[in-house]
Amino acid sequence: MTTEFAPGLLLIIGAIPVPFIRGKARSIYMLALPILGILQLTTLDPGAFGIVSTLGFEQIHARIDKLSLLFGYIFYIAAFLGILFAWHNNDRLEQATSLVYIGAAIGAVFAGDLITLFFYWELAAIAAIFLIWSGRTKRAYRAGFRCLIIYMLSGVLLLTGIGIKAIETGSVAFEHIGLDSPGGIFILLAFGIKCAFPLLHNWLQDAYPEASVTGTVFLSAFTTKLAVYALARGYAGTEILIWIGVAMTAFPIFYAVIENDLRRVLAYSLNNQLGFMVAGIGIGTTLAINGAVSHAFAHIIYKSLLFMSMGAVLYRTGTIKGSELGGLYKTMPWTAGFCIIGGASISAFPLFSGFVTKSMILTAAAESGYIIPFLVLLFASAGVFHHSGIKIPFFAFFAHDSGKRPREAPANMLLAMGLAAFLCIGIGVYPDPLYAILPFPVDYTPYTPTHVVTTLQLLLFSGLAFATLQRSGLYPPELRSTVLDFDFSYRWIAPRLVGWIMNGGGLVWTQLTNIFLQMVRSLTTLVFSYFGPSGLLSRTWPTGSMVLWAAVLLGLTLVLYY
Amino acid sequence: MDDKHGDKIAEEQESGKQYWLDDMRNVHKIFWALIFVCTALFLADALYEKHVVYEFENWFGFFGLFGFFGSFALVLIARELRKFLMRKEDYYDH
Repeated sequence: MTTEFAPGLLLIIGAIPVPFIRGKARSIYMLALPILGILQLTTLDPGAFGIVSTLGFEQIHARIDKLSLLFGYIFYIAAFLGILFAWHNNDRLEQATSLVYIGAAIGAVFAGDLITLFFYWELAAIAAIFLIWSGRTKRAYRAGFRCLIIYMLSGVLLLTGIGIKAIETGSVAFEHIGLDSPGGIFILLAFGIKCAFPLLHNWLQDAYPEASVTGTVFLSAFTTKLAVYALARGYAGTEILIWIGVAMTAFPIFYAVIENDLRRVLAYSLNNQLGFMVAGIGIGTTLAINGAVSHAFAHIIYKSLLFMSMGAVLYRTGTIKGSELGGLYKTMPWTAGFCIIGGASISAFPLFSGFVTKSMILTAAAESGYIIPFLVLLFASAGVFHHSGIKIPFFAFFAHDSGKRPREAPANMLLAMGLAAFLCIGIGVYPDPLYAILPFPVDYTPYTPTHVVTTLQLLLFSGLAFATLQRSGLYPPELRSTVLDFDFSYRWIAPRLVGWIMNGGGLVWTQLTNIFLQMVRSLTTLVFSYFGPSGLLSRTWPTGSMVLWAAVLLGLTLVLYY
Repeated sequence: MDDKHGDKIAEEQESGKQYWLDDMRNVHKIFWALIFVCTALFLADALYEKHVVYEFENWFGFFGLFGFFGSFALVLIARELRKFLMRKEDYYDH
């Protein structure tokens, strides 16, 4: 019966005793949970269990197939790496929340119907907000609230979509959804918010860099990749996703070049990487879907690694601003080395993990005849190397010497980074085990002379451009700044618009009251002119004329009667 | 352990320890090595048969030139964007 236990619940229920366990035992306990989780996944047979019927809808608590298992495995691996990285952490709220968060994400991946998905989706959202607040600064608090509102919007859209779909089809099964019904559009928007589609993206860059050193590592792995999973399940082959994905790969890299907060640079590059996956899902061929989900798998590891290395820098120096860092390789050589491995992986250098996964998406785009998307993805690939592969390590560890001489990262952080780096190289050198667990059979060879040489040309010439720009002084220096993005609309315009309406409304109200009072005043004057002491109708009339008028009236009545 | 680290740093600063990259000549060496590798990669196009989908991918050195000019444009455009998008660090804080 142990296998009949929905995979995510292990961590959610496992989080309950966390606040009560003291000292190292707590870290050991937490680290054991994802190992147990992986062991549980290996015992599961394809199929579904935990099936109940509510209100005539069949709910499936756990659906085991290749796609859900792939994400289940990588989520547990990311959980293990994150917990190891946070070994030193004593924030029990953050620790318990991170387990609930990961558990909810895993639960959502295995959800076989949309109602169960919605439940876990929301639980993950709420837990994520608490992780953002783990930064325990005013900025984190505010960013968490902004994020909460956007997540709530995603939840409302999802529920609306599920409702419409349930009425139309009489089923809440989580299979291919598509855009044929309005319900599908609502659900796509809900997924799109969590996947950081263009213009729906800004919560990611706003909130993630505000979380704690360890919180951001957790956050980077789950919410957005859960959305990628949901898109792969529900919208494979939906053509509009190609263009959305392509836009996502291209525009964040401009921001990544000029952003100063290095964890925010990573958030922009995360957004760019999601674009590759979304485009792959949109193309929808078996090669493209394999590419998209395997890229999600590789991405979770190298992105965690990059966030861990920047987290270690923040932990040791107290800052993560490019303008205040530099020269750290002198005292943090291991962290620098691991960061470079993460950078090489995200840039898709041959022998690193990104190469064996991303190249599938690019090949699929080219072979399916999407020439413009292919070129944009190529441009974005060069750009990734530029800002993640070079800029991150360069400005943190090299560049001008900041004079900072922090100690090397603590042993647990180095161990977590080392393990992640090992996996990045492992997948890159020997991709077969990853290829074996992909949803579709893999008929693809990443290491051909054409792939290797063209990739190296693209990347190293991009590196040459960086070096040339640096040496000629054309490269924009790291400056302490805020860069306006779409959040400008709700952090600057919207509050002012509301303020203006409130103020303007006040003005209009005054105007309206004035006009009304004016009208009342003129009416009073008018009435006064007739009925006032000197008015026509209030003069004293002689009694005789009164009698005369009475006689006239009586006379008229008489004439009228006869 | 903190003291140990501090002592080590102080010692290094006193002795004026130079790291390999502190010498600008070594930075130049890396740059020239990069140019050498890029040239070799550019010429490598002549040495093997490319298997690609589109004709333009077959142009000699296409990927190298695309990577170079693409990145160059990326940085220069981003640099210009700063003029419109960059604000003070505490822009949203009040």
